[in-house]
Amino acid sequence: MSSTARDRIFARLHAARTTVSPYVPQGGTWQAPMLDKAQRIELLKKRMETVRSEVHVLPEAEWPAKLAELLKAREATTLTYGHDAWFGGTLRSKIKGKGMPKLVPYGENVEAFRDELFGIDVGITSTLGGIAENGTLIVWPTPQEPRLLSLVPTVHVALLKADTIYSTLAEAMREMRWAENMPTNALLISGPSKTADIEMTLAFGVHGPKELIVLVLE
Amino acid sequence: MGSQHLDFTANVTEALADRQLRANFKSALTGLMKKRVAVLPDAAERERMRDDAEAAKRKALAKLPELLERLERKCTENGIIVHWAETTAEANEIILGIMRSHDATKLVKGKSMVSEEMHLNHFLETHGMEALETDLGEFIIQLNHEPPSHIIVPAVHKNRQQVGRIFADNLEGIPYTDVVEELNAIARKTLREKFRTGHVGLSGVNFAVAETGTLVLVENEGNGRMCTTVPPVHVAVMGLEKVVESLSDLPPLLRLLTASATGQLVTTYVNCITSPRKDGERDGPKEIHLVILDNGRSRMLADAQLRRTLQCIRCGTCLNHCPVYIRIGGHAYGSVYPGPIGKILTPQIDGLADKGVLATASSLCNACEEVCPVRIPIPGIIRRMRTEAYDEKGDGVVKGHGAKKNLLETLVWKGWELTYRIPALNRFVVSMLGRFGDKLPNVGPLKAWTSVRTAPRFAPKSLHQLAKEEGIRHE
Ligand code: SF4
Repeated sequence: MSSTARDRIFARLHAARTTVSPYVPQGGTWQAPMLDKAQRIELLKKRMETVRSEVHVLPEAEWPAKLAELLKAREATTLTYGHDAWFGGTLRSKIKGKGMPKLVPYGENVEAFRDELFGIDVGITSTLGGIAENGTLIVWPTPQEPRLLSLVPTVHVALLKADTIYSTLAEAMREMRWAENMPTNALLISGPSKTADIEMTLAFGVHGPKELIVLVLE
Repeated sequence: MGSQHLDFTANVTEALADRQLRANFKSALTGLMKKRVAVLPDAAERERMRDDAEAAKRKALAKLPELLERLERKCTENGIIVHWAETTAEANEIILGIMRSHDATKLVKGKSMVSEEMHLNHFLETHGMEALETDLGEFIIQLNHEPPSHIIVPAVHKNRQQVGRIFADNLEGIPYTDVVEELNAIARKTLREKFRTGHVGLSGVNFAVAETGTLVLVENEGNGRMCTTVPPVHVAVMGLEKVVESLSDLPPLLRLLTASATGQLVTTYVNCITSPRKDGERDGPKEIHLVILDNGRSRMLADAQLRRTLQCIRCGTCLNHCPVYIRIGGHAYGSVYPGPIGKILTPQIDGLADKGVLATASSLCNACEEVCPVRIPIPGIIRRMRTEAYDEKGDGVVKGHGAKKNLLETLVWKGWELTYRIPALNRFVVSMLGRFGDKLPNVGPLKAWTSVRTAPRFAPKSLHQLAKEEGIRHE
C-alpha cells in the first residue's frame, strides 16, 4: 500500500524532533486579579455595558416583571425559549396577555423550525455563569436550550445567577472542570453581534442579535 | 496567485501613487494601533501575557506530532472526521468530495485565512459550487472580485462610498448608500437568507485543543457561529500549527489575540466546538470534518529559527505596525499573507524564487517583533530569507534557496572581499575611488539605487591617508 498524506506529514514532523533541541517552557506568570462577589458583579456589568450590552442587576423574583417591561418597550411579537429550561414554567405563567409576545418554544429539530426561527424577535436563555474580567456569559447549549436560541433572534435575553460569576476565564475553566466535560458546543458570549469592517466604524447586529440584555439575578 | 509571477516593484509603485488607498490604510491602522495600546495599558502585565502566550505556542511546536495525534484521537472519539492534506490541492479535493457526497452545491464560509491560502473559492467555483463569504469584510471584497488586503480587516482598503457602490452594482435591487448602518443592514438581510439555505458551512480554526479535541473559533459578527451551526455539515480547515496542548493554554492566547487584532478585551463570541449534534440535541451540524493542512509547515518545523514562524496566531498586528505595509497596503504583496508575517511565511511556502523579493520590503525597524503577541523574531527571519535567497554554498533549507544568486553580484562581493584582504589593492582602489568615484557611470544597480537617493560624494582622501597626515599612529 502506498503511504498516505498523513504518513508523510508525520514522518516529517517526527524527523523534525531530532534536528531541534528541546524547548523548556517559561510562562505561567500571568493571572488576572481575583475579585469578591460585589466586585465581580460590578466589573461584569461595566465590561458588558462598554460593548453596548444592557445589564440589569435585580432580585431573582423580579425578573419576570423586568422582562415584561423590556419586551413591551420593544414591542416584541414573538419570543422563543427552551420549554424545559429552569425558567420555562415561570415564563409561561408570567409573560402572557395584552402587549406580550407570543411564546414559541424551540421544541423541534432545527430542520423543521429553521424558517420560523429566522423570523422571531427575541430569544431567551439561561447561562452557566459569567466571567467578570472580560464581561462574558458562559452558555453551554443543551437539548432543552439549543444553540441557535442565542444567535438567530434579533434580541438575546440571558438570565445569569449572580453567584455563578467567576473572576477570570481560567478560574471558570478550572472550577467548572471544562477539561473533563466539554459539551457539544461551549460558548462565551460578550455582547451583541458586531462588526467594524467598514471604515472601522462599529455597528451592531450584523448577523446575530442586535441587542444583548443580561438580567443578573441576586 | 500561488507561484504566479509577482512584479513587486510595479505593485509598490502603483500602490504608492494611490492617495485614496494610502489614506484608507493610514486612518484604519492608526486607529487599530491606538486601540491596542488602550486595551493593554500595563506594560508589565502585557509582557507576562506574552510570556505565557509564547510559551504555549512554543511548547505545542516542541511536541507537535504527539499533540496532533492526540487531537486526531480525541476528535475521532468525539465524532469529528479528521482529514490530512499535504498540499492545498489535496485539501481542496477533500472539501469538494465532502460536498459531493452530500449532493451539496452551496457553501457558506466563515473567515479563514487557510481557505484563502488554498484558493478554495476559486477551486469550488470551477467545479460548479457556490462558495459564499459571510464575514462582512470578506463579503464586500468577494463581490468586488478582490483578495483580502489585511488578514483581520480584509476590506480595510475600501471606504464607505466604495462599499456603497460595490453593493449597488452587485446586489439586486439595492440602491446606493454610504451610511454604514444601512450597509450593514443590507449585508445582514442578504446573508441571513444564505445561512438559512446553505448546505455546508466552512470555518477556520483559531486554536485546536488536543486535550479535549475542541475547535476554538473567535469572532465578533456571529457569521462563524451561523456557518458552524445552521447547515447540516460543518467543515473546519486549519494549518497543522494551530494545535495547543490544553484548555488552560487558552486564556492568555485569547486575550492577546483579541487585543492585538482589534484592540478589544474580548471578542463577542468564543465558539468551542467539540462534537457534532448528539442524540436529542435540536440543532448543530450532524457531521463535522476537520481538514488539517501541511503545505510546507512540517518543513519549517525542522529548523530551530524557521519553526518560530509557526507560532503565529494571525492577529495581524505586525501589519498594522509595519511602516511598509501602512504605505503600500496588502494587495501590493501579491500574496495571501501580506505584511511582516507574509514576508517570512510566503517565501517559505511558495519558495524564494517566486516570493523571496517580499523579504526585501523591510527596513528591519523591529516594530513587528516588538508587538508580536507570541514574540516571533520576524526581522531575524527576514534576514534569513535574504541570506538564503543568495545562499552561496547551496546549504540553505528554504525552498528555492540560492535563487537570487548571480554572477555580477558574486563578482562584486568577491572584489570587495579581496580589497579588504590585500593592503596594496585596498590602497589602489581607495585612491582610484577618491579620484574617479564621482564619475562612475550611472547604470544598472547604481542607477536603481540613486533613483530615489542622492549618491554620496567620495572624499578625495581616505581616512587612512588623513590619519597618517595628522601623525596619528596605529598598529
Ligand atoms: S507574526 Fe505575530 S504579530 Fe504578526 S500576525 Fe502573527 S502573531 Fe500577529
